[in-house]
Amino acid sequence: MQVPAYVEYEKATSVEHAIALLTRFGPEARILAGGHSLIPMMKLRLVQPETLVDINGLAELSYVTLAGGELRIGTLTRHAQLLDSAEAGEHFAILHDAERVIADPVVRNWGTVGGSLCQADPSEDLSATFAALKATMVIRGPDGSRTVSAREFHTGPYETVVAPGELLTEIKIAIRPGGGSAYEKVGRRVGDWPVGAAAAAIWLTDGASLGGAAPPDPAGKTTATVAEAGIGLTAVGARNFAAAEAEEFLRGAPATDASFTEAGRIAAEHCRPTSDQRGPADYKRHLAAELTTRALHKALRRARGEVSS
Amino acid sequence: MTAKNGAYGPVKRKEDARFIRGQGTFTDDITLPGMLHGAILRSPLAHARIASVDTSAAEAHPRVTAVITGQTLEERKLAWMPTLSQDVQAVLATDKVRFQGQEVAFVVAEDRYSARDALELINVEYEPLPAVIDARTALDPQAPVIRDDRAGKQDNHIFDWEAGDQAATDAVFAGADVVVTQDMLYPRSHPAPLETCGGVADFNQVSGQLTVWTTTQAPHAHRTLYALVTGLPEHKIRVISPDIGGGFGNKVPIYPGYLCAIVASMVTGRPVKWVEDRSENLMSTTFARDYHMHGEIAATADGTILGLRAKVLADHGAFNGSAQPSKFPAGFFHIFTGSYDLRAAHCHVTGVYTNKAPGGVAYSCSFRITEAVYLVERLVDILARELGMDPADLRMKNLLRPEQFPYTCPTGWEYDSGNYPRALQVAMDIADYPELRREQAQKRARGEHMGIGFSFFTEGVGAGPRKHMDILGLGMADGADLRVHPTGKAVLSVSCQTQGQGHETTFAQIVAQELGLTPDDVDVVHGDTDRTPFGLGTYGSRSTPVSGAAAAVVARKVRERAKIVASAMLEVSADDLEWADGRWQVRGDPEKGHTIAEIAMAAHGAIDLPEGVDGHLDAETVYNPPNLTHPFGAYICVTDVDPGTGQVQVRRFIAVDDCGVRINPMIVEGQVHGGLADGVGMALMQVIAFDTEGNCLGGSFMDYLLPTAVECPSWELGATVTPSPHHPIGAKGVGESATVGSPPAIVNSVMDALAPFGVRHADMPLTPSNVWSAIQGRPLRADLAIP
Amino acid sequence: MQITVNVNGTDYPRDVEARLLLIHFLRDDLGLTGSHWGCDTSNCGACVVWLDETPVKSCTVLAVMADGHRVRTVEGLAADGMLDPVQQGFSECHGLQCGFCTPGMMLTARWLLDHHPDPSPEQIREAISGQICRCTGYENIVRSVLWAGKHRASPDDDHAAAPEEGG
Repeated sequence: MQVPAYVEYEKATSVEHAIALLTRFGPEARILAGGHSLIPMMKLRLVQPETLVDINGLAELSYVTLAGGELRIGTLTRHAQLLDSAEAGEHFAILHDAERVIADPVVRNWGTVGGSLCQADPSEDLSATFAALKATMVIRGPDGSRTVSAREFHTGPYETVVAPGELLTEIKIAIRPGGGSAYEKVGRRVGDWPVGAAAAAIWLTDGASLGGAAPPDPAGKTTATVAEAGIGLTAVGARNFAAAEAEEFLRGAPATDASFTEAGRIAAEHCRPTSDQRGPADYKRHLAAELTTRALHKALRRARGEVSS
Repeated sequence: MTAKNGAYGPVKRKEDARFIRGQGTFTDDITLPGMLHGAILRSPLAHARIASVDTSAAEAHPRVTAVITGQTLEERKLAWMPTLSQDVQAVLATDKVRFQGQEVAFVVAEDRYSARDALELINVEYEPLPAVIDARTALDPQAPVIRDDRAGKQDNHIFDWEAGDQAATDAVFAGADVVVTQDMLYPRSHPAPLETCGGVADFNQVSGQLTVWTTTQAPHAHRTLYALVTGLPEHKIRVISPDIGGGFGNKVPIYPGYLCAIVASMVTGRPVKWVEDRSENLMSTTFARDYHMHGEIAATADGTILGLRAKVLADHGAFNGSAQPSKFPAGFFHIFTGSYDLRAAHCHVTGVYTNKAPGGVAYSCSFRITEAVYLVERLVDILARELGMDPADLRMKNLLRPEQFPYTCPTGWEYDSGNYPRALQVAMDIADYPELRREQAQKRARGEHMGIGFSFFTEGVGAGPRKHMDILGLGMADGADLRVHPTGKAVLSVSCQTQGQGHETTFAQIVAQELGLTPDDVDVVHGDTDRTPFGLGTYGSRSTPVSGAAAAVVARKVRERAKIVASAMLEVSADDLEWADGRWQVRGDPEKGHTIAEIAMAAHGAIDLPEGVDGHLDAETVYNPPNLTHPFGAYICVTDVDPGTGQVQVRRFIAVDDCGVRINPMIVEGQVHGGLADGVGMALMQVIAFDTEGNCLGGSFMDYLLPTAVECPSWELGATVTPSPHHPIGAKGVGESATVGSPPAIVNSVMDALAPFGVRHADMPLTPSNVWSAIQGRPLRADLAIP
Repeated sequence: MQITVNVNGTDYPRDVEARLLLIHFLRDDLGLTGSHWGCDTSNCGACVVWLDETPVKSCTVLAVMADGHRVRTVEGLAADGMLDPVQQGFSECHGLQCGFCTPGMMLTARWLLDHHPDPSPEQIREAISGQICRCTGYENIVRSVLWAGKHRASPDDDHAAAPEEGG
């Protein structure tokens, strides 16, 4: 089987230590978290770092908690942990949707949230998810912490704003009332990278629904208004993994079939999918529309408290 | 099927004891003292002239022992080796590379990591050439000539071959009410056993003995081939096939890596291990299918099928390395008349070279019956739609009737036995077919898309009769030796080799059944050419039809010897003995009799032995199959299709197989399960495509998708039993039936679901994008890069 | 690098390169060849072992990452002379043919049953969905795990594990 090239290895004992090691070894050093993106690429010799800085011992980066009106996710959180987190699922069902379709259960046991984000594969599921949720990324470096929005995090395929000597430490998502979210993905098979996927989060205007606080009355269901929407797209060449134009269209629009269909159409219009063996560009563009619409419907049902997961 | 004496039945497998404890011994588990590790440098290009190969930096690597190139091999006249289809294949390229992944150099190092490192130190200068990727352009006059190594070769043509009566077929078509035509591609796939191919070669420079532990489905054939290729005397070669992690035809051919390991061991004087990685497996070892088929079916207006015509373009890759034993270049393809009572049929197959990996016959395909069954079953379904008939009714109307057996099909195959309508009816009963159609109608009314698909297949397995088959001139008879120890415990030695089929259990059952023993009393030795009689190996579902027959026959020989001894023990004439209840007993006086164990002790003991027995019961035999056996089956697949995304879910799969007498129904069902999963993979996801430069687009398990437990439904199996009249125990073989039979059922089901959209055909794999594109009226071409 | 990995209850101190994959550490350095490998891209699951308490693909973990941790392999499934019910279930229900995927499948099954003692067939299929079997079509693997969920460990002696007499 294929094997990595020679590499040096350092085990970080704290975040500060990790940053010091990254600073010392420079741009040819790579952070080793779960390794489930990095090690396969090392085996195929697509990347050949000089030094690995292993952060698996940093328990302080492994958590999913509610604090300060936010859901906070430590970047060393394993995918399986996030999938198991009741808090994450309660406030952002999309996180469980997305985690359930990332790779496979065994990979999710060891692969990490931060690792997926920092690998920045254009087909990776969490980037669009956090883009839809308008999450904030916390990056630590030698000079302290800085934050960037999820949509500013990626600078291109396999590239992020995390500089040599820096470490992504946390993802924060503000919790607001009236919200619902969902992730819809099409792969060629379970465990496959997406052919296309859409992430949707909507927040309804006050009074329309309060996220399951009261059961809706099916007969008297009124049309809610979208106060705010977040739409993320995976693997279809969307700028910043997001569909900003569709979000803009939805803001203040009625939460109806017609609105969601139009939002899907707009999202598809603005993405730039490319053909590959997963599918031709026209199909991926169609998926961008179809899955955006489906995800919005599911998000709405969740915002209304009609479905929990 | 429960046999009288009870050795047949769902006996738990002997093999499992080691595997569940992690104590199997697979090729990569073998470590010998002083063993070196080999790695192959492969061509990144599909077609290029080799200008130079510089190995000096690799040789300077402190842990590298040797670097072997085509030049090294040429000096030993080993740069080329024969294929199993009257062609030659480069072991290490000397002149050109002809497909991406072709073997160029072999590095031998102290450990596997260093061997891999050293590959990057070899500098090969290539002069790129235009590549032939689309088989449909391979015969264009301006196409680059791939095989310029063959003297005078001016094109990429390999063969033209036909079967059936063209004039009679044309006449039938001319008089038909309805003719339906369809182009279809059975795309290139790969068997992808979970264990890749590899070997450990150990050449002893003092004794001249070569021992090769290797992933081979045919150890004896490999031994002979190694002797022919290397010039080593065959009695100095021992091929051991240890536990094998699946074969499916992938481990029938000899690959350059095996030979490189052998040469490396001869050069270094040390054992050398070579095990390919997954990409090497997918990109360079034998692929399957790649048949571009144009099919036509003719019928009367009331649905009587009259005839079939097929014109096939067969993509064989860069070397004609089809590992198939028939004298027909398209293998058994001309069984494409399937299970139906036709008046005439004709097929014409053209084989071409392309800049792709060699192979073509593998993956549980019964030597192209997979393609043949797919063609006819798709055509029958399309005909049913054209005629407005229910596809089950159309099949029932045209299936061969029981009284027609033995039946000779219009292209010359003689089917041994069958009751086809019964099998189809059993499948329809399990499925509750009328209810399925009701459900489908209700769903269609709601705008949901459910499909019901049929296939009915006839296989031809157990290669095979000498008049039709050989491998490099070796006839396809299998030996069997049976020794019975004094205490009545027996050891059966057979030439075939299990890759998971459970021979250690089923062959013990066969012997036990014949001798009144329990399977525990019988050990099966296999997979070692020094310890087993000659035979051709395990593929083409031939183990039970051929080696299984040999096992029964040799056990009966033992039984006849035992009869002579028993007559002496009982002091009666042998003519007065009968075999009953697992012992020889005196006719009319069943109290007087002896078991095989009692007789074996006596045979080894001090009594005066009668004429015809010299001191033990041991026997040997060679079984020469008089004909193929013809298993068959009726399959029904229920799918749900989401037209918004193109996703297909196989919800139910009903499989009724008739493989004759079932020695171990548990193992038979397990093999059917596995083949059905293969069908899901083939129909929905597996494909090896190439881009215009010849880059392989299915070179890893990220791109070559295999079905998981989630895509597979809980299989619903049924069985009918129509014994083979010419097989000693009436068994037929089942290893490939489900792989052959299931893809058309799934495709037919999806096409049924898509009927409201007017979709008649789309090629496999029916990936979401392909299904969606088909609904848009432009199904994808599966063998090329998606544009 | 000097590392110590506890495998199946035994500490193994070894000097390894940082790039050494855990699967090679187990197979080549320790001779524990029960764990297999089948791909290079973390897709097939033939290499699944436990790292501490969870199944991982050992082709995608470096041996140095297991330094100071516990690893459990197929060789450690049977304990105190007792076969794990999962091992027995695979034999009882014909959950294996070639046996190559079996160790990884059994280790995932053990984990599943530890967390969901009475899993549904769908849960089993999901749990093993990152592991490929080319022989069984998964049906009998599902049955094997269901069987294991309903049975206790049994003594591991070869005679008891040998096939039943015909019948």
